Amino acid sequence: MTLISYLLYFAVLVGLAWLMAAWMARVYAGQLPAALRRVEAGLLRLGGVDPGRGMGWGDYARAVLAFNAAGFVLLYALLRAQGVLPLNPDGIAGMAPDLAFNTAVSFVTNTNWQAYSGEAQLSYLSQMAGLTMQNFVSAGTGMAVAVAVIRGFVGATGATLGNFWLDLSRSVLWILLPLSVVLALFLAAQGVPQTLQGAVVATGIEGEEQIIARGPAAAQIAIKQLGTNGGGFFGVNSAHPFENPNIASNLAQSLSILLIPVAFCFLFGRMVGDRRHGWAIFAAMAVMFVAGLAVIHGYEAAGNPSLGLGANMEGKEQRFGAMLSSLWAASTTAASNGSVNAMHDSFMPLSGLVMLVFMAVGEVIFGGVGAGLYGMMLYVVLAVFLAGLMVGRTPEYLGRKIEAREVTLAVLAFLSMPLGILVGGAVAATVPAALTSVQEAGPHGMSEILYAYTSATGNNGSAFGGWGAANPWQTTALGIIMILGRYAIIVPLLAIAGSMLRKPQAPVTSGTFPTHGPLFVTLLVLTVLILGALTFFPVLALGPIAEETARMAGQSF
Amino acid sequence: MSKHQKTADLSGLYTAAIRESLVKLDPRRLWRNPVMFVTAVVAALTTVLGLRDFLAGAAGAGTSLHISAWLWLCVLFANFAEALAEGRGRARADTLRATKAETRVRLLSGVEESPERATEVLSTALRPGQIVYVAAGEIIPTDGEAVRGMASVNESAITGESAPVIREAGGDRSGVTGGTTVVSDWLVIRVTAEPGKSFLDRMIALVEGAERQKTPNEIALNILLVGLTLIFLFVVVTLPAFASYSGAAIPVIVLGALFVTLIPTTIGGLLSAIGIAGMDRLVKANVIAKSGRAVEAAGDVDTLLLDKTGTITFGNRMADALIPAPGVELRRLAEAAALASLADETPEGKSIVEKAREVLGALPGMPAGAEAVAFTAHTRLSGLDAGGRSLRKGAMDAVIRLTGKTPPGALAEQVDAIARSGGTPLLVAEGAEILGAVHLKDIVKPGVRERFAELRAMGIRTVMITGDNPLTAAAIAAEAGVDDFLAEATPEMKLDLIRREQAGGRLVAMCGDGSNDAPALAQADVGVAMNAGTPAAKEAANLIDLDSDPTKLIEVVLVGKQLLISRGALTTFSIANDVAKYFAILPAIFVAAYPGLAVLNVMDLASPTSAILSAVIFNALILVALVPLALRGVRYRPSSAAALLRRNLAIYGLGGLIVPFVGIKAIDLALVALNLA
Repeated sequence: MTLISYLLYFAVLVGLAWLMAAWMARVYAGQLPAALRRVEAGLLRLGGVDPGRGMGWGDYARAVLAFNAAGFVLLYALLRAQGVLPLNPDGIAGMAPDLAFNTAVSFVTNTNWQAYSGEAQLSYLSQMAGLTMQNFVSAGTGMAVAVAVIRGFVGATGATLGNFWLDLSRSVLWILLPLSVVLALFLAAQGVPQTLQGAVVATGIEGEEQIIARGPAAAQIAIKQLGTNGGGFFGVNSAHPFENPNIASNLAQSLSILLIPVAFCFLFGRMVGDRRHGWAIFAAMAVMFVAGLAVIHGYEAAGNPSLGLGANMEGKEQRFGAMLSSLWAASTTAASNGSVNAMHDSFMPLSGLVMLVFMAVGEVIFGGVGAGLYGMMLYVVLAVFLAGLMVGRTPEYLGRKIEAREVTLAVLAFLSMPLGILVGGAVAATVPAALTSVQEAGPHGMSEILYAYTSATGNNGSAFGGWGAANPWQTTALGIIMILGRYAIIVPLLAIAGSMLRKPQAPVTSGTFPTHGPLFVTLLVLTVLILGALTFFPVLALGPIAEETARMAGQSF
Repeated sequence: MSKHQKTADLSGLYTAAIRESLVKLDPRRLWRNPVMFVTAVVAALTTVLGLRDFLAGAAGAGTSLHISAWLWLCVLFANFAEALAEGRGRARADTLRATKAETRVRLLSGVEESPERATEVLSTALRPGQIVYVAAGEIIPTDGEAVRGMASVNESAITGESAPVIREAGGDRSGVTGGTTVVSDWLVIRVTAEPGKSFLDRMIALVEGAERQKTPNEIALNILLVGLTLIFLFVVVTLPAFASYSGAAIPVIVLGALFVTLIPTTIGGLLSAIGIAGMDRLVKANVIAKSGRAVEAAGDVDTLLLDKTGTITFGNRMADALIPAPGVELRRLAEAAALASLADETPEGKSIVEKAREVLGALPGMPAGAEAVAFTAHTRLSGLDAGGRSLRKGAMDAVIRLTGKTPPGALAEQVDAIARSGGTPLLVAEGAEILGAVHLKDIVKPGVRERFAELRAMGIRTVMITGDNPLTAAAIAAEAGVDDFLAEATPEMKLDLIRREQAGGRLVAMCGDGSNDAPALAQADVGVAMNAGTPAAKEAANLIDLDSDPTKLIEVVLVGKQLLISRGALTTFSIANDVAKYFAILPAIFVAAYPGLAVLNVMDLASPTSAILSAVIFNALILVALVPLALRGVRYRPSSAAALLRRNLAIYGLGGLIVPFVGIKAIDLALVALNLA
């Protein structure tokens, strides 16, 4: 029964993503109905953009950085000033500087790490004009960069990477916005609030007064899932009954988390002009995803024997149970989404390990919208470089040679993961100011630190709940690391794309090894596991693995 | 060379290499290999700490020094691999240098000047453009071009081939090489090489590895290795913080051991040896590369342009079949053809006799009083007159003119067919009777077809270049199994073809010898010039084949591929090794804090100390164990890229995962047995 449900879920997911990819291919190629083109052209003209001007990688990267920097400044200002701005029925004050910095970075980088609690610390204006806005454009940024990177690999020699403003507008206008409207309406129909009125004050049967927060939630939740943002309207995210009231809303959101990331694999195949390449990338991601999901489901369904029989229900919602919580946990960590419908802190140790690995490999198992695909391109470059040498040729991917420049850039981008996770984590495990965040003793506390820094570096945004994220040390350090995890990958990858685009495209012969098919998939999976995951083996041993071995010996933390 | 002598040479080679591996510990030299440099730094650090503990009488100082010793050995093994590879080349360089002795040469003031009026100068002082006279018995002082005269030259000093070759002014055999000896006659030579830049100088530098520059793929690989080293640096440097949080303390020496075992020392240590050995393999094949880049590019070649003559065919037309006229017996035709060719010393004549022997079983003897009739440009016939019999063979029109008859219908059709298939028909006549025809054709070398099929499997397209007409060319192309051909080729057409292929993103290799090949050689990504060729061709090419054998091009491609495969395979192996090393060292360092982590000790190593030592020892031993493989190159059999990848991934990827588990366990057992840990 469980297996059938999972299969059905995957079938629907792949089917929808396949259709989505077909539409996205048309959107990014500009094959749009005339009416939509007029709207698009009008908007771009308002912004003073010439959409016909193609950009080299440098221009593209500068546009991305400038746009995101402007987004950060606006959002930071808004959060600081929200107390005196309108649409603040609950009279919430302005945010503290370090928290505002953390929150602004978090939303601009598509991380949506939440060191605050939405219902207590954000006005409706901040939620709508600030966070929801960034939910759209940070996702759109990732998608635009991915499309530019793909163009670098498949475009004609000497072509450009495209126009960032055009790609961004198209991502938001014709992909994210329509899907969000549909999903928001569906969620509202399921009972998710969408209102500008303030909190309801109710008196319970025991006579105690209770404040029930509400607000314009449905719209924000729709985009938080579709754009792999993950920042909930309420503090407890999708475990909150107003965010995720029932099985139907849960299913719709689960599908939305992975929809666009999966579609990007197929979009890649379409843009290459050989769909097998898209399937190969998809297969590599799917193999790792399913293996991880199996581990999480296995542990959660089996439960913790020291707590009695039955599934591990600690930190889970009764209405979702072990299966839907496991599926969500795997999806949200694989896809760099970060929303949760159960508390990851309370999962079994090795479930936590899988979630850590999903994030630590750089969010390339489907990953963030666009970000997952371009992140995977890093591993593709490295895998092809090693394997290419083994067939006796200068390594090439899609007919283009991978040489010193590309390897240098890939290595540079690659360094950001160990830098953020290990260096950031090591400092947080040493500095007394940072150690106050740790709630649990022993290896579980270690997992909490690791989870936070991995989540920030991977731009995921989920957390082990018990950990004190609002500590000023953490808000600042994690803010910096989120920036590193986002742009230290985007910029080198755009540079790789630009340099690939300049190379002549050689015809594929039997002397070039095929970059589709099971052999390549195996190679890519091994590369991700050995180069990506193995780096973190020592710290994982001290965290979740030590916790698990202790648990087996009857000790818990 | 006797076996005894050879052993002595080898042990000399090893002694020199061992000495050299110590010299290479100089930080300024180690710095060029970042991975090994880092290893040496860690080894130095652990040694200092070990000594400090030892002097303080601290417990475990012995183990620390033991670990340090193996870390140093790891560096020394890498130096040894490089020194050994260089040493093999240096032995060859020494023999070359012996031929480069300074001599006195006769300098002329002009090409036509008499040698009596020459002035004597030192060979080392010669400048390009100067004219020298070299007589029989003298060594040609430097590279040049024969501008007058003709001589046989012994080039064995360079090619190892003792049969003298002809060098003459004008034409495509005018290039002469310094260090070779004029055996007969004399030559007037215009010097083309700058002092110290002659072919011999370049060759010496090359085989010594002195001028070795890193090739593009080697540079890229080095960057990847540095990147991996950095990543593991993050891992190791941050580990004490995580460990102390967890209540574990890791000694610096153990961290150093973990770091060195994780960084790719295996490939880092062997990388330059692989490169030097690759060049050495080329030198052994008597090919000189002007740069390592060219060798690597050879591995990437997509299209091979091959000259028909000498590469694909033997270059001479040979008798392929005897076709009797209607009513004439085959044996009679064979006998007549044989007699008409007995006195014919040309390859064609000999091949006709050979064909007749096949038909007759034995050859007819030369009849008494027979008189050979030699080929003249006037009659264009040759044959034999004996005892009233007059036997002739020749081209169709010549025989028709001789006999006054046209061949009978059936034979005429066959003759036409021969011409259409690109062959050359000869008619054989006795008196006024046409007996039949001999089918002469360009014979494709045996094995060529299979070779091209191999190349096709490797994804390499072969294009045959020939001066023949399209008809002949097509027939030979089909027989040899090339993918395409260029008929009635001119140097311009060759150049165009190369540019067309390159515009399609393909890398082109070709070989050539004449001056008119120079532009195409320069344009090609890999140009192999024949050593016998003109200086212009040799200048334009990036590889020079000393044997002047056009088939060498294929060897060069294989050497290039093998070089890349060796690097890729050992890198994969090196990285895959890390899995086992983690499983050896991590439980050892964490088990005190978390006893449960003993489950990670899947190899069931005896103790934390022996686990760490075993990993370090394995890391050093695997390096030295792989030296022969690095020098020999990974076995390469031409096949499709997919098949190669599957094979190498299984051997070096899967092998790299498994071998260290077995190796570390074995070392652990040995350490316990020897009471060392």
